Amino acid sequence: MLTKSDLTTKSKHCTMHRSTVTFGSIMQILITTQSTTPIFRQIVDQLRRQIASGQLAVGDALPSVRQLAKDLVINPNTVAKAYAELQRDGLIESRQGRGVFVAKRRVIFTKTERTRRLDDAIERFAAEALSLDFSNDEILERISSKLEQLTHEPG
Amino acid sequence: MNRDNVIQSDRLTRYFGKRVVVQDLNFSVPRGSIVGLLGLNGAGKSTAIRMMMGFLTPTRGRCEILGRNSQDLRPEDRVRIGYAVEGHFLYPWMKVQDCEAFGRDTFPRWSREQFYATIDRFGIAPSQKVNWLSRGQRAGVSLASTISSDPELLVLDDPALGLDPVSRRALNETLLDFNDSGARTVLISSHMLDDIERICDRIAIMVAGRILVDCKLDDFRSRIAAWSIESSSDPGTYGRIPGLIHSHRRSHSWVVTVANPNDATLSALEQLGAVSCEPVDITFEEAVIAYLARSRRSDTFLSGARAAS
Repeated sequence: MLTKSDLTTKSKHCTMHRSTVTFGSIMQILITTQSTTPIFRQIVDQLRRQIASGQLAVGDALPSVRQLAKDLVINPNTVAKAYAELQRDGLIESRQGRGVFVAKRRVIFTKTERTRRLDDAIERFAAEALSLDFSNDEILERISSKLEQLTHEPG
Repeated sequence: MNRDNVIQSDRLTRYFGKRVVVQDLNFSVPRGSIVGLLGLNGAGKSTAIRMMMGFLTPTRGRCEILGRNSQDLRPEDRVRIGYAVEGHFLYPWMKVQDCEAFGRDTFPRWSREQFYATIDRFGIAPSQKVNWLSRGQRAGVSLASTISSDPELLVLDDPALGLDPVSRRALNETLLDFNDSGARTVLISSHMLDDIERICDRIAIMVAGRILVDCKLDDFRSRIAAWSIESSSDPGTYGRIPGLIHSHRRSHSWVVTVANPNDATLSALEQLGAVSCEPVDITFEEAVIAYLARSRRSDTFLSGARAAS
């Protein structure tokens, strides 16, 4: 695909290109190009977060692939790829002829896989939290109050 | 020819005098996709497109478009292809609505609704004089005229050049709407990498007359990786890093961009013996620029030397 070659230095600055779309009053997605996160991953991450926090509840309808692509002005295959991943992970389901909905929560991963994913998330969180110069206790306190809030007052 | 490809070239090559501008191009555009053709000015994009469209004879090699040799396209084949070039030529004395009437008289399958829906996206009124339109609006009228003829394939050579943000958005919306989840095909050359990242399924990167990358946009992203290496001298000049695309200086370290990294890459990086070597995330734009920045140097050195000799 490519050949080895000599090198040069070049840098370039470009303006960010963002777009936000709100559906009803519930689902909101912000796309940033020129991010280190691919667009389909941005959609997956944001929907995952909104479902986890209860902002999107079980049974809530999501826009169709075509509609979301149109609203965000992105390639429909990108949305389809994001939806496919969420569907594979059991977070959303498509009902024949009726559209895409937030699915009932069910365990579709093995314990090992869930632990691996939890460790991944903790890794990222812990690195960021420690870099902000908080003590372990302060971080633990805030995370438990956040968990409290998310599990007891959905929506 | 693969019937699923609307464009397929086979070792397409073009010389201008002694200078090779397009070299052994094996390139395909799958039906229903939006393909972005990227490259610096002078990389050969326009020359390649003109050969694909049958407006320029290849020195050797061949190209098929919609199943026919580009060199003997009939009018009934041309009608199935919408082609717009940079600059957006329009008759200056016409009003926008005259352009619509002109198109209606010219094309057998003209869609008036499509024309007015498109100019509306660009914020253009039918009664406006073409002569007084902004560059972005001229692009809008030109695009409306092209897609209202109901082509199967749209070939756009740098349509976003010099467009304002509103017109760029209108252009993106129009192309996605035209493609309509894979019903029709778009080939677009552009320097607007964030627009390309939004709307394209596939990208091809042309460097000094050759195609170095031709794959799905997501695959491109996942196959390029970068490391930040703390070292006093350029890690690209010593040692051999397999798949090295480019290395450039960023503050006190070097960012090394690599395609298809594997175990050999990792051990090569280790053997550099640098103070530190950390993987870094890069954007789509940075990955593309790694290819283009490398070419700028080889461009000036190689073609310059060749042209002088």
